[in-house]
Amino acid sequence: MGKKILLEHIDVPGIDTYDVYRKQGGYTAVEKALKTMTPDSVVEEVKKAGVRGRGGAGFPMGMKWSFLAKPEGVPRYLVCNADESEPGTFKDHYLMKHIPHLLIEGMIVSSFALGANKSFIYVRGELMYVIRILEKAIAEAKAAGFLGKNIMGSGYDLELVVQPGGGAYICGEETALLESLEGKRGNPRNKPPFPAVKGLYQSPTVVNNVESISTTPWIINNGGDAYAAIGIGRSTGTKLISASGHINKPGVYEIELGVSVEDFIYADEWCGGIRPGHKLKAVVAGGSSVPILPANLILNLANGDKRLMSYESLSDGGFATGTMLGSGGFIVMDETACVVRNTWNFSRFYHHESCGQCSPCREGTGWMEKVLHRIEHGHGSLHDIDLLVDVAKKIEGNTICPLGDAAAWPVGSAIRHFRDEFEWHINHPVEATQPGAVYRGEMALV
Amino acid sequence: MTTETNAKIEFTPERQVLAKEIIARYPEGKQKSALLPLLHLAQEQWGWTSPEVMDYVAGLLGIEPIEVYEVATFYTMFHLDPVGKHVIEYCRTGPCCLMGGEDVYAHLKQKLGIEAGQTTSDGKFTLKEVECLAACGMGPVFQIREQYYMHLTNQRVDEIIEELSK
Repeated sequence: MGKKILLEHIDVPGIDTYDVYRKQGGYTAVEKALKTMTPDSVVEEVKKAGVRGRGGAGFPMGMKWSFLAKPEGVPRYLVCNADESEPGTFKDHYLMKHIPHLLIEGMIVSSFALGANKSFIYVRGELMYVIRILEKAIAEAKAAGFLGKNIMGSGYDLELVVQPGGGAYICGEETALLESLEGKRGNPRNKPPFPAVKGLYQSPTVVNNVESISTTPWIINNGGDAYAAIGIGRSTGTKLISASGHINKPGVYEIELGVSVEDFIYADEWCGGIRPGHKLKAVVAGGSSVPILPANLILNLANGDKRLMSYESLSDGGFATGTMLGSGGFIVMDETACVVRNTWNFSRFYHHESCGQCSPCREGTGWMEKVLHRIEHGHGSLHDIDLLVDVAKKIEGNTICPLGDAAAWPVGSAIRHFRDEFEWHINHPVEATQPGAVYRGEMALV
Repeated sequence: MTTETNAKIEFTPERQVLAKEIIARYPEGKQKSALLPLLHLAQEQWGWTSPEVMDYVAGLLGIEPIEVYEVATFYTMFHLDPVGKHVIEYCRTGPCCLMGGEDVYAHLKQKLGIEAGQTTSDGKFTLKEVECLAACGMGPVFQIREQYYMHLTNQRVDEIIEELSK
């Protein structure tokens, strides 16, 4: 069994209530931080832990905290990004629903470290029932004296506000989220200035993912060095993986970073293997936006070594033969999955979710969806494949926010690794458009 | 179709209290932040956000109606047209489709006799297609208000629709 940090107590009955959470050692990190530590020493522990942003970008959290501007007399804000919307990702949903006090405790410790007295949890609006769970947990924590004025006599005040989104993937991008939190359309902002200097209400702001913030109680209780000792290399600690698709045991798993991809897919502790009678065809390892890899490349690096579940190993080989850990949305496909159809589906998603602010993304996502639709529906031409690559390249790197890249990568990688499948669709339109038709050509299944 | 066009647009007394609480959450002068929560509250009461409802929300926040319209039209959760009693929001994104979501969706449409964006003639169901609902390991999935319905099959869909039709 791997080390559990976030899900250690997930199976304890009633862990969603304050009393049970407290009995399992909950809120001791708040006591320790507020009574025995300074804000800077909390930041120091998080830096030592080396925990990287769990929302997808993987940027070191402690470093992000240290960029926060601290001008005199200006409020600072911590905003938790709980707008989990990346297809394939459902870990934050799971964590907040089952163990809401972990996030609340993390918010208190993190807000203390940053000197924020009003902090926000921005939850995607579809999760209104989770918002109610969080609000109940906040009321319980407040009644127990862990929120409000002068917490435990420390002189530190904190209020937590849970904010619903309105159904917009783009608001997972931190500056779009801040716009939305200010009651506006979720259009990402130009950077600089970065939120650390001018964020919410033009004040210095840190935006962190639910899972990232939820690591802080353990880090404070056990020390940053202890956290950094878990995992592998610069991929420290544990990561929640949302496993979906054609596996025996879909669900949310906490892994110690560094387990092999092969073990993660086939071991009973995690995915439990591909569903009976089927074989592994491809994996999208880090949420819909990261490059899709065929079976042989997700299991092994280009040099034949085993690929590991870590930031470095998953991105080994760059986009030629690698991918990214991203948000940990691990989507598994067996030989019945059609890569062309799935790519069209993802393109439709990005077209739907583009905010429309930058023309390469607004127009490009629409064109990719249209061209993929016609290939999938038997009206494509071979020229369309190069056209798709061209459109994807023209979006990438040419937009204010990373949604453009996120839309381009799935298309580019699907063509890179499954070009023959696209060609088959174009060359055999009648066969390819039969219900359930899937290319079964020269592909390596495992 | 819960909005009565001639009735005065006003939150129920309980929601008026809640709306005040929501508006007070934000720093002085930043009350516009209450817009999304208030639109959700309005939709909870009236089922959809009509122009009259949006104007009412603008009045509560002391902002221009256009500031509400531009927000309500950006976020897909707000219904800009009248809807049926139950709005089924069906996930159409990749991971649900891998689990047979497209076949179940075809069955659901047949069962209801409507396409996406339409409402059944008895006014009971409106069907909407939505993108990923963050429940990919439990797909296929749809949502009605705050309730998630997961691991959908044709049979399960029949049971849910029959139950809600009562």
